[in-house]
Order: sequence, then C-alpha cells, then structure tokens
Amino acid sequence: MATLIIPTPLRKFTGGESIYTASASTVKELLVALYTSHDGIKKHLFDDEGELRSFIRVYLGDEDINELEGVDTKLEDRDEVSIIPAIAGGSK
Amino acid sequence: MNDQFLPLNVAESAMTEMRNHGEEAFPNECCGFFYGEETDGERIVTLAKRIENVKEGDQRRRFEISGKDYLAAERFAAREGLSLLGIYHSHPVHPAIPSEHDLAVAMPWFSYIIVSVEPSGVDHVRSWQLTPEREFDEERLVVN
Repeated sequence: MATLIIPTPLRKFTGGESIYTASASTVKELLVALYTSHDGIKKHLFDDEGELRSFIRVYLGDEDINELEGVDTKLEDRDEVSIIPAIAGGSK
Repeated sequence: MNDQFLPLNVAESAMTEMRNHGEEAFPNECCGFFYGEETDGERIVTLAKRIENVKEGDQRRRFEISGKDYLAAERFAAREGLSLLGIYHSHPVHPAIPSEHDLAVAMPWFSYIIVSVEPSGVDHVRSWQLTPEREFDEERLVVN
C-alpha cells in the first residue's frame, strides 16, 4: 500500500483525513484511486484534459515527480506521496 | 465581507510577526505560513512563521514558496498538533487586495492574509478566502 499525504486545504474532501492509502503501482493510479473515492477533489487536481493542474505538484518522498517520471512514476509498497499546492502570487 | 467564512482571530504576536516581516522585506514581497486551529465558530491563528521568498527575478511584485518549504510546513503542523490555516504575503506600495496572480493558484479553504506596506510602514492588513466559484471574498479579521 502506498500512502498519500493530503494537503490541509483539500482535507475537506477527505472528511478531515490527512492520509489516504491505496494499492497503486504508479502515482497516477494512486491519485485516480483518491478522486474516484472522494467526491469533489478531482477538479482541484486535474484539468479538463486530464492533466495535473499547473499549481499542483506531487512529491515522492522529498522529490518532485517532475524530476522522476511524472505521474507515471512507479510506486513501491510503503512509498509516501504528497500533494503540494504551488504557493505563489504577487501584487501586479 | 463574506459571512459564510468563519472569523479569523489572529493572536497579536502572530500579527506583529507578519507586519514586521512585511516592513523588513520592503520593498520586496515577503511570505510565510500561519498556524492555529479551527473550531465550530472561528479560526484562531496562534503562530506565524516566515518563509523565504524563492521567486527568481523581481521580488517587489511577486512571491513564491518552494515545494520543500510547503512540505516542511505541513509536517511542522502535524508534529505540533496545529492546523496550517493559510498563507500571508505583502503587497509593497499596493492595496491588500488579491491580484490575478494570487487568484490563479489559490486553494480553497486557506485564508490569505495580505499586508499592504508603504515606505513609512504597514498601511493595512486584510484577509481573503476562495469561494466555490473560485473568486476571492474578504473574511472578517480580528486581532486579539
């Protein structure tokens, strides 16, 4: 089972739970398992074309999956994956 | 003012930290996280922590927090039994109103505190939350 850490602002979709676990062989499988079992969370993670939203990053352990194989990054038992909202902005 | 949101009650020490950070970073934008708890009737901010603005280029109009710092903030909250309630940043010589850049990456549920800073010091502070329609509405900000 892989573990997925839910960021605080998305926990309203997981009944307040910070951790979700599922059997998944890739990061994408884990994210799909999450949104098929939790209504409302999908649109905050994926756009209409099924791509990860630009302001959502995913880490495997302490590493950005963009430095690995993206959502196709393979998972092993007890891997820890984190959803990380990009935090940015500015006045103009 | 949107009464759908819980009032945001900020401890004076946390507010002082955010204001001081805004003034010290001037003319650049500062940024950081704040923590506390949410009860049935209010959000209580007990702690603000400064985070490095990692935006490359001109930091007078932009800020960015690294993924690693975000991950560390979530882990800190879990370890301390606190909730990560939101993000603060400053708008140097600009009102504390969210910009399109703030809106583009905003998350639901988080409170977004903006500190407006003039050369003479902090001018005003306001707090915002995203609505289900992905627009920002102001929330009531109280300093205790």
